[in-house]
Amino acid sequence: MSANQKKSLRDAYGEAIAALGSVDPDIVVLDADLSGSTRTAKFAAKYPDRFFNMGVSEQDMMSTAAGLAAAGKKPFASSFAVFATGRAWDQVRQSICLSRMNVKIVASHGGISVGEDGPTHQALEDIALMRIMPFMNVVVPADAHEVVAVVNAIAKIDEPVYVRTSRDKFPLVLPEDCRFELGRGTILRQGEDVAIIACGYMVSQALDAAERLSGEGIFAAVVNMSSIKPLDTGLVSKMARETGAVVTAEEHSVTAGLGGAVAECVCQTDPVPVIRLGMEAPVGQSGKPGELLDHYGMNSAGIVEAVHKAIALKKEPVHNAKTI
Amino acid sequence: MRFTDDVDELREIARQLRIDILTTLAEAGSGHTGGSLSAIDIITVLYFSKMNHSPSYDKTVDRDRFVLSKGHGAPALYVALAHCGYFDRKELKTLRKINSILSGHPYAPSTPGVEVSTGSLGQGLSIANGMALAGKMDNRRGYVYCLIGDGEMQEGQVWEAAMSSAHYKLDNVIAFTDNNGLQIDGRVKDIMGIEPVHEKWEAFGWDTVTIDGHDIKAILDAIERAKTISGKPSMICARTVKGKGVSFMEGKVKYHGVAPSPEELEKAIAELAPA
Ligand SMILES: Cc1ncc(C[n+]2csc(CCOP(=O)(O)OP(=O)(O)O)c2C)c(N)n1
Ligand SMILES: [Mg+2]
Repeated sequence: MSANQKKSLRDAYGEAIAALGSVDPDIVVLDADLSGSTRTAKFAAKYPDRFFNMGVSEQDMMSTAAGLAAAGKKPFASSFAVFATGRAWDQVRQSICLSRMNVKIVASHGGISVGEDGPTHQALEDIALMRIMPFMNVVVPADAHEVVAVVNAIAKIDEPVYVRTSRDKFPLVLPEDCRFELGRGTILRQGEDVAIIACGYMVSQALDAAERLSGEGIFAAVVNMSSIKPLDTGLVSKMARETGAVVTAEEHSVTAGLGGAVAECVCQTDPVPVIRLGMEAPVGQSGKPGELLDHYGMNSAGIVEAVHKAIALKKEPVHNAKTI
Repeated sequence: MRFTDDVDELREIARQLRIDILTTLAEAGSGHTGGSLSAIDIITVLYFSKMNHSPSYDKTVDRDRFVLSKGHGAPALYVALAHCGYFDRKELKTLRKINSILSGHPYAPSTPGVEVSTGSLGQGLSIANGMALAGKMDNRRGYVYCLIGDGEMQEGQVWEAAMSSAHYKLDNVIAFTDNNGLQIDGRVKDIMGIEPVHEKWEAFGWDTVTIDGHDIKAILDAIERAKTISGKPSMICARTVKGKGVSFMEGKVKYHGVAPSPEELEKAIAELAPA
């Protein structure tokens, strides 16, 4: 696996769901006139009778998915992340979550790396919108390999799940046979000075940052926290306790996403500084994905800076003080 | 419970269910009276005559389903479910109270017989479509019934769903609109006109009939007719009276979301006594 290899998460999803279609005949796929972009077209071509294009009507799509689930199907519904979570929020809430329906929402075009389509199409709030949703699970895979593991894992779970994929190609950082379990984060790199907890694209950046920091004599642990809800609170607490400083990194609003979830956990279990890296600007803008990520500090340099801040705030951990 | 096509018998069941709705709401002290009374004749025909359903069926049985899209009509659904044995009638006394299985609006996880959660208006027909699509895929015979309010038709999603039912030729969907002419803030035609309702559904590709929604025979016939339609969903536009059956509630906006007081309950029950 070369660090230079890249693949878009939506491509991985299209392949994964089409493959899963042959394993489980109850799987049905819905889309709202974006099947080419979300890559559900792959499934549609293979299983036309199990694919429902609902037209440009995300609200209708989410409630229809709930009805299919009520009658025993296993629906996977797709659109862009802004529409799937924002346009149809109330339908996801009532038809799916408050009815405890087994509907999977796999939305592409998460984050600023959507690029040229600009602010209206860049989902910077989707994690927050789905994280607050009752009974909803929220997953942000780090790379194309993890997408496959996620799709296979959630297909076996009788609960609603939101999965964010990407438009852009992300570096492949996990092994092809990586495993995924809801509620489990993975330590990708050990380190005792600070823990970088990241999701999605920022996992690759966290690994780069950790490498650069080691040159400065700072040893950063890196955690892939693809399962944002349920959060691996055990692992978050352990990292906070063992390193005494946490940095979170996500391609999402700095408010109420992964950083919010980690901070909520750390402040109650092992209060240590938590520096959250995310979109500080309220909205993005058009541009090339790479340009935008750099412009808004969503890169390894941004993480290095956040780590410096976290280390500057680091105090003697309380549990050490006790043993003195 | 038993199923019947006998008009007088169904009328008698509807009379009892009206009393139960009023008693239940009075006990709760709040809730939606008018829209429960306008819908109860349709719900009576569905649950006591036309729908293939039973509390003893498990989820996988090929059966008919009902989606109460206008979720605030929950009392009408609950009294029917209780009479059909989905739960003990004593539970009706707990409506809207803490730790009850009966929420103010249908909350599927806690109430036996409630297929989906509704209350946020506009979503039910889409859900019914999903159930109907699944039924088609599995070659099931079951119908999916759905009841929509006339004010509810102002929700855009209703028309998204109307397109979907027709596009997917869901002749296993039989829907009703409860055209009682009123919503919360006043008359539907004053708040946001929705007419011509019949022509709208027709234009959206539905087989459409308009009936008197309190005429048991007309409801029975309309459902039988709908079952003969193939390749299209069926809409039964039901002209109804909000608060139907209680003279001082009929056609009154006020009784949309107000439960009867103890005195009003007594008067109402007296009016509903058999002739
Ligand atoms: C999405 C949504 N908006 C607002 C409400 C509040 N509400 C409850 S009932 C109602 C009026 C419904 O009118 P109609 O569909 O005509 O019902 P009916 O007359 O049969 O009671 C409104 C606005 C709601 N439940 N859901
Ligand atoms: Mg009305």
